[in-house]
Amino acid sequence: MLNQNLPFMILATLSVFSALMVVLSRKPVHSVLYLIFCFFTIGGHYLLLNAQFLFAVHIIVYAGAIMVLFLFTLMFINLNKELEPHKTNLVKGAATIVAGTLLLIMVSTVTDTGNILPQQASTNEVGTVAVLGKKLYSDYVLPFEITSILLLAAMVGAVMIGKRIQIKIKHNEFNT
Amino acid sequence: MEFIIVKFVLVVVVFLVSLGIAAYSTYAERKIAAFLQDRVGPDRAGPFGLLQPLADGVKMFMKEEIIPTHADKGLFILGPSIMMMTACLTGVVIPWGSTLIINCTEYPVQITDLNIGILYIFGVVSIGVYGIMIGGWASNNKYSLMGAIRASSQMISYELAMGMSIIALVMMTGTLSIGEIVKQQQGMHWNVFVQPLGFVLFLICAFAECNRTPFDLPECETELVGVYHTEYSSMKLGFYLFAEYINMFISSAIISSLYFGGYNFPFIDQLGLPHNVLTLLGTLIFFGKVFFFIFFFMWIRWTLPRFRYDQLMHVGWRIMIPLALFNILLTAAIVLWQNGQFN
Repeated sequence: MLNQNLPFMILATLSVFSALMVVLSRKPVHSVLYLIFCFFTIGGHYLLLNAQFLFAVHIIVYAGAIMVLFLFTLMFINLNKELEPHKTNLVKGAATIVAGTLLLIMVSTVTDTGNILPQQASTNEVGTVAVLGKKLYSDYVLPFEITSILLLAAMVGAVMIGKRIQIKIKHNEFNT
Repeated sequence: MEFIIVKFVLVVVVFLVSLGIAAYSTYAERKIAAFLQDRVGPDRAGPFGLLQPLADGVKMFMKEEIIPTHADKGLFILGPSIMMMTACLTGVVIPWGSTLIINCTEYPVQITDLNIGILYIFGVVSIGVYGIMIGGWASNNKYSLMGAIRASSQMISYELAMGMSIIALVMMTGTLSIGEIVKQQQGMHWNVFVQPLGFVLFLICAFAECNRTPFDLPECETELVGVYHTEYSSMKLGFYLFAEYINMFISSAIISSLYFGGYNFPFIDQLGLPHNVLTLLGTLIFFGKVFFFIFFFMWIRWTLPRFRYDQLMHVGWRIMIPLALFNILLTAAIVLWQNGQFN
């Protein structure tokens, strides 16, 4: 039993450690790098559940694309110690209470569910590409297509925001 | 047990071969440059200068190791390590040959045939960007940072078009496993004949991903000193440069296996040779194709000048991606027509 759980234990320790380091690191760039590492360990969990496609997409989209953009912005804004924004004790206290309440809710949810039956994850084929693709395009075709519309809307929104800034700059140049 | 030994031997061989070919690519690059520019090239170390890569390696190791004072030490070392690691990781899913029969058991000459092989390659390539970004940022140098940002934005832009050009291929073949794709190209049924546009797009993106001319903006000395590896010295710099050559070798291998039939060659069944000999022959032919593409990479480098940065982005977003989308639509229509959906 222990031998079977060993990969999970190692991965889980690493994910919790890296997740903690995201919050505890002093430098923002280190935080982002720990977050990327955290994504990798979560990808490892997907692999243990035999969800290979999810693993690959998780790495490509989250670790490979989104976090690169995060790192991009952080490298550009160049946060210094002097410029670091300091929050008041009131805000810090409020944040602690909110986060603590969230933790309470999550813990209570997990304890209320009772025994979660272990699925035969390593033997099922749901996570492989062929099965997943067939499921997505037959049983879940409507939610899948609606998600794509959502993504399209987000994309159009991003383009609109980018355009508005450009117009403003042109306007200013015209005035001066 | 035997299975593990075979896989282990295969891993070691693939690793050593990638390193060896990358080392001799540096020699080949200089010889080809010399040939194209009507010079002699390196000819002092050993016969025909064949020991030049060895001499270069020793030189790199002997140089003084400098870490800038205000650099982030851990990340400074992590940068080239990631670069080297990701370069070596992709060789795992490439089918280097058909199967070998040892003691009546069939062993594929491929370390592992993941059913998400192509996605695996994209995952590894997208991690490779971090090697450049971390290295550039940790150096604490403005030129390095600018170079790193250029390199990573270029790689992200071209990754998109690359992924889309592959989607068309996946639609034709109906699988993501590279071993399966190569098997389908039996004889002369190479994918390049059915996916010519996809091949051209993939080739261009491969050039951009490897930071090779005409897309070597991340390395343009005239504007940015030495770009993301400005502050690097000794073997850390060596790793950055070396990883580029491994990437070139692996890209050539991927192009050959996805579009040029991999280890397949025409009249493979009519030779009447034993299975193992055919497999070895196939592997040799595969390496022949790979060497041709490495030569092609170098040929382009010494023929074309580099793009300007805005031209690079223009080509990537305004030309490559629409063409790739068009290719997907065209392929989809043809696949549907072949399945008799339009009748």
